[in-house]
Amino acid sequence: MSDASGARAEVELVQLLTPEGERVSHPDYTFHGTDADIAGFYRDMVLTRRIDTEATALQRQGELGIWASCLGQEAAQVGSGRAMSDQDFVFPTYREHGVAWCLGVDPVRLLGLFRGVDMGGWDPIATGFALYTIVIGAQTLHATGYAMGLERDGLVGTGDPARDAAVIGYFGDGAISQGDVNEAFVFASSYNAPIVFFCQNNQWAISEPIERQSRIPLYQRAAGFGFPGVRVDGNDVLAVKAVTEEALERARSGNGPTLIEAYTYRMGAHTTSDDPTKYRLADELEHWRLKDPIERVRAYLVRHGAVDDAFFTDLETESDALAAHLRQQCLEMPDPAATEMFDWVYAETTPYLKEQQAAFAAYQASFETESASGTGGH
Amino acid sequence: MATMTIAKALNAGLRRALEADPKVVLAGEDIGKLGGVFRVTEGLQKDFGEHRVIDSPLAESGIIGTAVGMAMRGYRPVCEIQFDGFVYPAYDQIVSQVAKMHFRSRGLLKMPMVIRIPFGGGIGAVEHHSESPEAYFAHTAGLKVVACSNALDAYWMIQQAIASDDPVIFLEPKRRYHEKAEVDDTATPDPLHAARVVQPGSDVTLLAYGPMVKVCLDAATAAAEEGRSLEVIDLRSLSPLDMAVVAQSAQKTGRVITVHEAPVNLGLGSELSARITEQCFYSLEAPVLRVGGFDTPYPPSRLEEDYLPDLDRVLDMVDRSLAY
Ligand SMILES: Cc1ncc(C[n+]2csc(CCOP(=O)(O)OP(=O)(O)O)c2C)c(N)n1
Repeated sequence: MSDASGARAEVELVQLLTPEGERVSHPDYTFHGTDADIAGFYRDMVLTRRIDTEATALQRQGELGIWASCLGQEAAQVGSGRAMSDQDFVFPTYREHGVAWCLGVDPVRLLGLFRGVDMGGWDPIATGFALYTIVIGAQTLHATGYAMGLERDGLVGTGDPARDAAVIGYFGDGAISQGDVNEAFVFASSYNAPIVFFCQNNQWAISEPIERQSRIPLYQRAAGFGFPGVRVDGNDVLAVKAVTEEALERARSGNGPTLIEAYTYRMGAHTTSDDPTKYRLADELEHWRLKDPIERVRAYLVRHGAVDDAFFTDLETESDALAAHLRQQCLEMPDPAATEMFDWVYAETTPYLKEQQAAFAAYQASFETESASGTGGH
Repeated sequence: MATMTIAKALNAGLRRALEADPKVVLAGEDIGKLGGVFRVTEGLQKDFGEHRVIDSPLAESGIIGTAVGMAMRGYRPVCEIQFDGFVYPAYDQIVSQVAKMHFRSRGLLKMPMVIRIPFGGGIGAVEHHSESPEAYFAHTAGLKVVACSNALDAYWMIQQAIASDDPVIFLEPKRRYHEKAEVDDTATPDPLHAARVVQPGSDVTLLAYGPMVKVCLDAATAAAEEGRSLEVIDLRSLSPLDMAVVAQSAQKTGRVITVHEAPVNLGLGSELSARITEQCFYSLEAPVLRVGGFDTPYPPSRLEEDYLPDLDRVLDMVDRSLAY
C-alpha cells in the first residue's frame, strides 16, 4: 500500500485478533465475549460467505441479473451486526448481506432486488434493516434523520439498555466523496444524533482506488465535523465488534455520532458485471488473502481448542443446507404480476393511474383471447 | 468506412475531439483505466493522459460543478454520468448553474459542456439503472438535449455536441451500445439539431429517438406486411425540436404517434402532441397519440418487457390512429 491512507493503516488500526489468529490487547478497546461467542461469529461469517458464493453462482447461471459480493468483508459486517441491540436500526448500501444475516433477514429475501422481481423484499420495520440503497450515499442522510427521530422520541440516554436506541448507517469508501454523506455528517454532528457511520473501506470504488477519494485516512474526516473517528481492522471480527459496540453505546447514551472506518478489502469484483483485472493487480489480492477474516478466527478456535471437530463438520452441513435452500427458493421465486406495478406508486392511488392499470390489463388480456381463438399470436 | 458499435463509435468520436482540441477534457467515474462501465472511454486515458481523461471522485455534483469552473477557464468538459439514475445528485448543478450561466452573464460566460448519460432500460438492471430523465432537462431553458440512436450518429453527434458552445445533455441508448452500423468518418453529418426521416411512409408518422427508433423501424416493417406504410422519424434532438421535419410529416400522413420509454405523463410526447396540434390541426385525421412507459417508477427488471413500449404496443396504437 503506497497511499497516504494506507501507509499509516497498520499503526492506527484497532486490532484484537491478528491474521495469525492470536488475541492481542489494545489500550482503548476490549472484546467482551466468550469463546462460544467467537465460535458464533465464525458461524455467521461462514454462512454469510456461503450465501454470497451461492448468489454469485446463481448470477453466473442467469438466475440473478447482478450480485454485489461481500467476499472479504464478512468480519466488518458480522462484527458490527452482532454489536447491535434489538431496537437499533440499520441503513445499508447494497452489499451488507452479512449484516442482514445478523439481523435475521431471510437471505432469500436479499435476492429479489438482484433477480429483478422486487425492489427489496423484506419488511424494514420488522427487521430493523432498511431496504438496500443503490444511489451512493443517500442512505446516510436517512440514517441521520431516523436517529434524530429516535432522539426526539426520547429513546436516547434513558439509561435503560432495553430502550436506548441508535442507528448504523453503512457506506463505502467511494461514498465518502458524495455530498449527501458530508451533509449527513453535518446534520448528525449539529443535532448530536445517535448514529454510527460505518464506512467499509474496501479500498476500491469500482475501479477507483481510495486515493482518488481521500488523501487522509477516512476516519480522520470525522474530526473536521466535530465527532470521533476510529479505524478498525475490518477483517478482525473481535475488534469490529468491540469498536462498534462502544460507538453504539456512545450514541445510545446521548453522546452523539461516531465514524468507524473498517479497513478491509473487497476480495471479489465490485459486482458480477465488473472485471477487476482491468484496474488492479493480482498481488494486492494475494496480500489481502493472508488477512482473510474467516481464516484467522478458525486458527484461533483450533489453536485454543475452543470448538471440537464436530463443530466444523456440522457447520459445513448447515452451510450446504443453507445454500441448497437459497438456490431452491431463488428458482421458485415467481415474477410479480405486471399489473401490480401500478398498485404501489401511491398510498392513495389516482384515477389516471387506475385507468392506465385497467387499460394495460385489457391489453394483456387481448393477447390471451387472440391466441385462444387462434387468430395469430404474437 | 468502418463498421462499429455505438459504444465504439462514441469512443472514436471522443478520440477525434480530444485530438482536435486540447481544451477538450473528459471527466467521470471509472472512465480511466476501466474505460467506463460501458467501455465508451476505453484506452483514452492511456493515450491522452490523466489530465485530459479525468477519473473523478464518486460525486456527481462535484463532477458537474467542477466542470462549470473548468468551462469558465476555457475548457470543454465532457462529463460522463455512469447511469441515468445517478444524474440526480448533479441535478442542481445542471439546472441551476450550467443551464443559466450564459443567460445570467448576458453571454459573457459560455458553458460548452457535454453531459453524457447512458439512458433507458431493457438491460435487466436493478433500480436507478434504466431511467429516462430527458424531460427534466428538456424542460430547462439553457440546456440542449440530444439522443443518438445508431453508430453513425453517435460518432458525429458527440463531436458536434462537444463543438457546441451550449451545454448539451447527450443521451446514449444503453441497450443499443453493442449494435453495429457503418460509420463514414469523411461524411458531412446532418446538423446536430436536425430530425431525420429514417423510413419514409404515408399512412402514419412515428416519432422516436434513442432506443425506440429501432422499435419503430421494426414496427414499420411489420406494418408493411399488412399493407400499411409507416413513416419513422428519428428526432435526434429533443431540445430544440426540429418541428419543420415533424410538421411536414404530420401534414403528409395526418396521423402521428410519439414513442418513448419515459412515462407518458408530461413526457416529450406531450410537447410534441401540443405543437403538432397547434401547427397542423387542419391536416390531422386523428389526435396525436402517445406510446410510452407507464406512470410508475421503472419496475423490477422482470417486468420491464411489460413496461417498455415494444412493437406490439406501437402497432396497437397504429390501429387506434387509423380507426379515427
Ligand atoms: C450516485 C451514484 N453514482 C454512481 C453509482 C454507480 N456505482 C455503484 S457502486 C459504485 C462504487 C461504490 O464504491 P464504494 O462507495 O466504495 O462502495 P463499495 O461498492 O466498494 O462497497 C458506483 C460508482 C451509484 N450507484 N450511485
